[in-house]
Amino acid sequence: MAKLKISDLAKIKERISQGTSLREEGAHIKITVHMGTCGIASGARAVLGAVMDEMERVDRKDIIVTTSGCAGLCSQEPMMTVELLKEEPVKYVYVDANKARQIFHRHVLEGEVQTQWALARGSE
Amino acid sequence: MKRFRMHMLLCGGTGCHAAGSLDFKEALQKELKKHGLAEEVAVVETGCNGFCAMGPVMVVYPEGIFYVGLAPEHVPELVEEHVLKGRPVERLFYREPTGKELLPQMREIPFFAHQMLIALRNRGVLDAESIDEYIARDGYQALAKALTQMTPEEITGEVKKSGLRGRGGAGFPTGLKWEFCQKAPGEEKFVLCNADEGDPGAFMDRSILEADPHSVLEGMTIAAKAIGAHQGYIYCRAEYPLAVHRLEVAIAQAKEYGLLGENILDTGFNFDLHVYQGAGAFVCGEETALMRSIEGKRGMPRPRPPFPAQAGLWNKPTVLNNVETWANISPIIIRGGAWYASIGTEGSKGTKVFALTGQVNNIGLVEVPMGTSLRTIIYDIGGGIPKKHRKFKAVQLGGPSGGCVPEQYLDTPCDYEAIVKAGAIMGSGGMIVMDDATCMVDMARFFMDFVQDESCGKCTPCREGTRRMLQILEKITQGEGEPTDLEVLEELAPMIQESALCGLGQTGPNPVLSTLRYFRHEYEAHIYEKRCPAKSCVALLKFKVDEEKCKMCGLCFKHCPVQAITWEKKKPAYIDLEKCIKCKTCLDNCKFDAIY
Repeated sequence: MAKLKISDLAKIKERISQGTSLREEGAHIKITVHMGTCGIASGARAVLGAVMDEMERVDRKDIIVTTSGCAGLCSQEPMMTVELLKEEPVKYVYVDANKARQIFHRHVLEGEVQTQWALARGSE
Repeated sequence: MKRFRMHMLLCGGTGCHAAGSLDFKEALQKELKKHGLAEEVAVVETGCNGFCAMGPVMVVYPEGIFYVGLAPEHVPELVEEHVLKGRPVERLFYREPTGKELLPQMREIPFFAHQMLIALRNRGVLDAESIDEYIARDGYQALAKALTQMTPEEITGEVKKSGLRGRGGAGFPTGLKWEFCQKAPGEEKFVLCNADEGDPGAFMDRSILEADPHSVLEGMTIAAKAIGAHQGYIYCRAEYPLAVHRLEVAIAQAKEYGLLGENILDTGFNFDLHVYQGAGAFVCGEETALMRSIEGKRGMPRPRPPFPAQAGLWNKPTVLNNVETWANISPIIIRGGAWYASIGTEGSKGTKVFALTGQVNNIGLVEVPMGTSLRTIIYDIGGGIPKKHRKFKAVQLGGPSGGCVPEQYLDTPCDYEAIVKAGAIMGSGGMIVMDDATCMVDMARFFMDFVQDESCGKCTPCREGTRRMLQILEKITQGEGEPTDLEVLEELAPMIQESALCGLGQTGPNPVLSTLRYFRHEYEAHIYEKRCPAKSCVALLKFKVDEEKCKMCGLCFKHCPVQAITWEKKKPAYIDLEKCIKCKTCLDNCKFDAIY
């Protein structure tokens, strides 16, 4: 990658916004596993592992799996955020590998929010 | 046959009966009669409609509205609104459990509702190891602005205007610090980041570095432009491997993009940044010790002045700020100092990040506008004390350098000066909530043990004084305290405060002084009555059962790991002191305070 000029910042912003924001022709679904020290200590790696495992089985190109840092509520980690196209993101708390698999099948693939484990919708 | 204008078909199945449909029916009929509607509206009890889980349920015709979860207290509203005025009561409708509507909004949850994110603006939304995602959230825009549109004086001017004060604890105005360094003579200058977070119970800086390392890099590069530095170091403790890793990834990415290194953003400005891993000595969080440590020497403080802005790293003018301070810089440059100064109180501007921990329901990281009361943080955001039979006792702010704030001062706002008045310090943001099972003498002993252990040993007051104070506190918690001990503590503390070389020693006695100020009676109970009011100091506990208070529930018996407790139904428990290992499990489980 060449060194950036100031005008490149806006180009990157546009390119990334297209890549990470959900839209009709690209990605429809984004799964974020929160991987700060707090999340990892309470089992976020197993959650991410389960999600990746399920991803391999379904072969869907429109689902993005990504990681992020602490979402603030350390005592309810591991946390996972699922965002579907045109819908508000939903944050799940106290996720483990099994819950992650169910969230993946029921919410990600079938669109049914798993209310029993969800904390809230929307973003801060 | 009589004609009714409305039929209310109340389920009379066993499930709904058990859930209270008969009481509801009675209340409904009474209410209808009261309004003179008994002739117009029929109340019919039907068979089970299968939706027992949501019972009592009722269908109202002609509209065909399905109500669920009914109770007698809903009756007046139902009759008045639906029957009289024809307005169905929506909140009692049955809803498809799709979930989305039932889930609260993030902003409706008290934990998030009271927060305002500036330093933590990117938390949980971006991939910490992707510089592109940071740029997509307007990252490095502030740097572009600072490099192309602002002079060094304008940058420091904006930071000064913002009123930002050092978030590491001391609260020195950041803009002023930069200005001193900017004006200091010398070709070679340095920008440093203090990521040697060491207070017990503090994790603000770690979290920022793990979630958003580029925000720190950007802030530091802006300062470098302001003071004319071309080299910088981030001093991060080796115990934070994930933070170190993400910083290194971030620095490599920034270098690849030309956002660090030579000719940044094609503006001709050069700045290079390295991570220096500290070995985790608490004293290396003190600025002069930190710099010596980077120089490769033993991390020990030196007297100030000269201040680092004049003679810092390798005796060159140096700006050192902590992680949270750096994370605040970009928003200030983009949105302006005036915007930042519009948040907060007279003397403390902007927001402050706290690591909320201890005996509180929502342990986590919170960022609130300055001026928010401690009560709001602990009760509204933190959700209060988890154990129902326990009460709030105090909150420790500022770690081993700070003090505790008791219940009566909980309305103190987050403000550097107001918190000092309440007997603590703002500190770097550690906030440890304690309930009434915490012994304040033991808490002071814990922090004194920490300070004594971390004292570098260079100056006598800190090396010997803190050790002496610790010995006295240990004596008191062991039940061997003497009446003169408090006098000695009160004589030693100001002596150490006044004569110690650096902040570690100068603030070391604070936890003792603040607990003496608010909880002197606890010290006295330990010394004179040989009793620990919080029932925490093992040496002062008898491990006997108060037969009057014992409710014979057997919880202590069930939890005792060494079967030292004998108990039968309807008989008070008895602890066999021969077998007892004094682990306090019985005390923790007794809901009636019966063991002493």
